[in-house]
Order: sequence, then C-alpha cells, then structure tokens
Amino acid sequence: MECPKEIVLLMHSYFDGDLQPEGEQQLKEHLRSCAACAAHFHELKKTVAFLQYAAHVAAPPSFAAKVMEAMPKERKTARLRRFLHRHPLLTAASLFLALTFGSLASSWGERGAFSVSADEHVIIRDHTVIVPEGQTVKGDITVRNGSIRIEGTVDGDVTVIHGKKYMASAGQVTGEVEEINQVFEWIWYNIKERVHHALQSLE
Amino acid sequence: MDLFIKKRIKAIRKGDQNAYADLVDLYKDKIYRLCYRMLGNRHEAEDAAQEAFIRAYVHIDTYNPEMKFSTWLYRIATNLTIDKLRKRKPDVYLDEELNGTDGLTMQAQLPSREASPEEAVESLELQETVQRAIDQLPEKYRSVIVLKYIEDLSLQEISEILELPVGTVKTRLHRGREALRRQLGHL
Repeated sequence: MECPKEIVLLMHSYFDGDLQPEGEQQLKEHLRSCAACAAHFHELKKTVAFLQYAAHVAAPPSFAAKVMEAMPKERKTARLRRFLHRHPLLTAASLFLALTFGSLASSWGERGAFSVSADEHVIIRDHTVIVPEGQTVKGDITVRNGSIRIEGTVDGDVTVIHGKKYMASAGQVTGEVEEINQVFEWIWYNIKERVHHALQSLE
Repeated sequence: MDLFIKKRIKAIRKGDQNAYADLVDLYKDKIYRLCYRMLGNRHEAEDAAQEAFIRAYVHIDTYNPEMKFSTWLYRIATNLTIDKLRKRKPDVYLDEELNGTDGLTMQAQLPSREASPEEAVESLELQETVQRAIDQLPEKYRSVIVLKYIEDLSLQEISEILELPVGTVKTRLHRGREALRRQLGHL
C-alpha cells in the first residue's frame, strides 16, 4: 500500500529538521491511525540510524605521511612565480628599481670630466677646488670627479661626487655637505634630485 | 580553530609544506570517510582522499577564504569521487526517474540485491550491508546522503559544497532516503 504523498513529505521534513509544529501534529495524528505510514516512518528512522552507525571510519594510520610524501616538490622558480603573481605592486616596484638601478649604475661607471658648479671666489688646482681662507662662496657647490678643500666659507650646500672634501678648521659650510663615492649613494642622490626637480616643476 | 586554519593557509601560500601537514591531520578522517562511503572500498578511498588533499594544496591559490576551508576541501573530494564513479561504470544508470516526485526510480522496479536479515546481524556485516546499499545509490543521491549522514553536515553546508540550492539538496536527500529505506528498512 502506498502512503499518501503529503504524509511522506512531512516525514522527510521531519528528517531535514524543518517540520513546523502544525506539520508535526498532522504527522503524529496520521501515524497513529495508519499502520502503513507508521511502518514507512519506522523504516526511514532505522535507515537513518544505520547510516549514522556506519559513519565511524578513520583514515589508515599512515595516511597523512603518505599524503605529505606524495606532495609535489615545489621548485624555487614556482614559488617565486607564485609570489610575484600574488604581489603585483611589489613586482612593479622591483622592476622599476631594476631599471633605475641599471641606468644609473651604468652612468656611475662613466667617469666624466672634472666639473665644478661655482667658479667665483674659488681656486682650482689639479682637480681640487679650493675655497680660500677669508672667501665666501654664495650658493651651492657641486664638484664632480674632483675634491674640494674648504678653508673659507660656503653659504650653501656642498656636494662632492667621486671625490673627497677636506675641511680646514676655519672652513665653514652653512648648508649640507655630502660626499658621494658609492654607487648606492649615487642612485639615492639621483632619486632625490629627480624628486626635487619633479616637485619644483609641479610648483 | 578558525584562526589556526587561517594561519596555516597563510603559511602554505608562502610555500610552507609543513603547515599543510597540520591541515591533512585535521581533516584526514573526514575526507577519507567521505571517499570511502562514496566509492565503497578502502583502496580506492585512500587514493582518492590522497588525491583530494594534493589537489587542494596545488590549487590553494584558488581557495576563497570567505568559505570554510572544510567546505572547499569537501567540494574537491566530492567532485573527485563523483568523477571516479562516472569513469567506473559506463553502463545504464538506474536513476532514470519515473513520473512523480516520490523518489520511485528504476531501481525500485528491479530485483535488488538485498541482504537478508540474518546476514546483517553481526555489526561488521551491518556496516557492509549499509555500504552496499549506499553503493547502489545513484551518485547524485549518494553525495547528499554521505555528506548529511556520514559527515553530519547541515543542509546549508551541503548546498555550498555541491553548489546546489538547498531545495535541490532536500529533494535529493528525500529520494536518497527512500531508496535506502527499500534496501535497509526491512532489517
């Protein structure tokens, strides 16, 4: 004998855990009066109990070790690729740095001619710029591929690229003094200069 | 627990395989059990569970952290076992539905290989009997039944794992239960 469809649906709602109180009432009343449905419901309950009973199975003891053994050995390049893939900004930044570094580093290699940005009130002798005692140079001085000896006063910044600065005890510099002899400093200096120019052009 | 898993996943994404060992340990029984009940034998289950864990590791970048890690892992394992079931039997499916929604399928019309009550007295035999009944379920009912009664998951979780609406999950559960009742209800 087939059980009424709506009663079977109520049974399944019961097993799904979403049987409403009025549905539950209806089901209970029907089960009391209908032996076929009561048997059907009982069989479903047994089935569920059997299934839950069957749930207890554990993985074999060596399972985890076997999984770890079977794992793909990651190559370093794969790891790097995944890393770069996940950090696009960092990739862009490092690319930018590589290019900047490359071009600047090569320009560092070009040891250009000696030059100095100021020639008033200074003496130039054998690639050395001398600010004589008692003299005051107004403005910044940048010396490339040479040294500077300051005996007088510089009213500004002093920058020496590929060279040395010598300060006499009486010498005085009102601004910043910088010696650039390392490629990294050179790059840093260039970046600062470029940023400075960029900011100036913005103003 | 959630934090523990999140930390492990972060480490795995950085290429730390050891962090994955913790997750394998945590979920191995659940995944193995799922594979075992889906496939019906230990040997295939072990292979499938292992494959599921390796797949999850290899594709860890596609894991969306908004989802529970277990949901994602269950999805991989379920899909994998369904794939294996499909490859295994190219013969006629028994789940061609007859008219009506009462879960009556071709299976019910065929003389099914039922276990006699005597056969199921011993507990180990009962386990086997239950497994044989699950083995006879069409895969779409089998997956919801296993997830619900073997893994004890909520309908909502099952719906996320199988990427099906909750209503569909309910219908399949309903039919799966009826099919199993015909196999096991008389015991």
